[in-house]
Amino acid sequence: MSSSAVDEISSAPKRAFLARSAARSLVGGFSAAAVWFAVAALAMWWPDAPENDWAYTDDLAFVSGAIAVGITAAALIGVRFAGFQKVQRFAPWFIALAMLVAAWEAVTAKLGLLPLPFFPPPQAILEVVIDDRTRLLEGVFASFRLLAIGYVIGAIIGFVTGVAIGWSRLAGYWIHPILRVIGPLPATAWLPLAFFVFPSSFSASIFLIALATGFPVTVLTWSGVAGVNSAYYDIARTLGANQRFLVLKVAIPAAMPHVFVGLFMGLGNSFAVLVVAEMLGVKAGLGWYLQWAQGWAAYANMYAALLIMALLCSGLITLQFRLRDRLLSWQKGLVRW
Amino acid sequence: MVVATAASEPHPVNGSPVRGITLTIRDVSHHFDLHGQPLPVLDRISLRIGRGEFVALLGPSGCGKSTLLRLVAGLDAPSAGYLLAEEKAIEGPDPSRVVVFQDPTLYPWRTVWNNVSLGLEARGLLRTHRERVEDALRLVGLSGFANAYPHQLSGGMAQRAALARALVNDPTLLILDEPLGQLDSLTRITMQSELVSLWQRAGFTALLVTHDVEEALFLAGRVIVLSGRPTRVKAEIVNAKPYPRHRGDPHLAELRREVFTHLGLDATW
Repeated sequence: MSSSAVDEISSAPKRAFLARSAARSLVGGFSAAAVWFAVAALAMWWPDAPENDWAYTDDLAFVSGAIAVGITAAALIGVRFAGFQKVQRFAPWFIALAMLVAAWEAVTAKLGLLPLPFFPPPQAILEVVIDDRTRLLEGVFASFRLLAIGYVIGAIIGFVTGVAIGWSRLAGYWIHPILRVIGPLPATAWLPLAFFVFPSSFSASIFLIALATGFPVTVLTWSGVAGVNSAYYDIARTLGANQRFLVLKVAIPAAMPHVFVGLFMGLGNSFAVLVVAEMLGVKAGLGWYLQWAQGWAAYANMYAALLIMALLCSGLITLQFRLRDRLLSWQKGLVRW
Repeated sequence: MVVATAASEPHPVNGSPVRGITLTIRDVSHHFDLHGQPLPVLDRISLRIGRGEFVALLGPSGCGKSTLLRLVAGLDAPSAGYLLAEEKAIEGPDPSRVVVFQDPTLYPWRTVWNNVSLGLEARGLLRTHRERVEDALRLVGLSGFANAYPHQLSGGMAQRAALARALVNDPTLLILDEPLGQLDSLTRITMQSELVSLWQRAGFTALLVTHDVEEALFLAGRVIVLSGRPTRVKAEIVNAKPYPRHRGDPHLAELRREVFTHLGLDATW
């Protein structure tokens, strides 16, 4: 602490403020941790209902305890590093989640109030995640690969088509009617035909996902390009821009906010088609896993797969919004995902 | 019909080179298609602007002033008549004839620096002429805002950036379409003086459209008064007063009265 007296004075209110927010972060973090410790204790010492002795009860207690330790650690680090003070903001959510898990645990494993196998306790899902992790990971990988290939192909084709329709009258004349007839048809309607025409269910699924992604991307890119302020073109033309410059440096950047709306809608569509394609044709992936779990009445497996799928989809959407925020940082008032 | 001719070709400043071009507008008429009906906008406009001259087109709003400027810029072609830049027919836009529009229309996705460099980039000159961007920014006093985005600028700053975007191309004809119309009066007065000194230093030919009588008389060597639609040249007022001019000058007040008479507003004098 070798700062000068002047610094000392000017930074005193700032430090007081930091100390206050650090203290708040500790209060929030510690209360959330306490509730998670309580969940751990409940799982550990309240015996399971006699008719069902769950194998992974101790593991659930251990995981709950680990969460509690993690929150405590984050709160303590937050005293020194402001970035970790987010614990304070999320503390109410951590507490709510803990209470949800506790209630769920109580009515399933401890009291046996809900019918099995439809409502497995949290430790049953934990059991699946741990014991069946290889198959789940394979499912995540297969789903992601299928989705990524289909989505990227659909997004690129949709983007190029949209720019073409928006820019060229000839392209608009020929593509627009096709788009109007084919576009609104749900991609899943093609499913029987696609599985028949394509050499493998994998390539058929890529086609369907690309189709589901491509339509909204095309329409939104098109409307973005068509809606560009004509004064932008006038400016560029008087400054000596050629057609190529007008498309690449004026029309496309100006249309990007629309393009991202299309990409967002396309991603949502692609999730739906992915799951249907996996359930009906592809013998891999989380959709297939869901179907398989249902066939064996393995509801814990189903909940686990659903949970992972939710995290995966939400993660991809978040990723896309991050990309948008980076590329469109010039826009005011972006919606935060 | 009054045919306005180049009555004066004032040299902006002693010693500074006059790089501006001559502009000839000959019997230009133009009409729009409004629901299949032709709507006449310009009626046989003839005008000759000399090298390095500063000419203002003054007329009621809604007359074809901006249309005429679009024809001069080469953004549209006239229905009849022809336009010559330096005795060559104007057939399309050219970076030597740059327009500053009423609205700054900066590209919101580009920083100020990248907006100003637009013309150089479009013509593939950016790599070798980067310093011209810095010069233009310094000229309009925006050096400190090179990395700002348009939404972070005030109206006056945005219009100055638009001016820099035009000047970076070293135009020989600067076309100004009410460039100060949307600014507050204090900023407008400051920028009028800045425009004059820019014009004196760079020596381009300037064609200004405005409906502000004082602005026209303060800036231009010649004021062309236009009638309402379809637009004709109504009168031409030569203002030989040397620069820098003073707003309180009794001679300008005299000219203003003349202009008001031509506009049919003398009763309000």
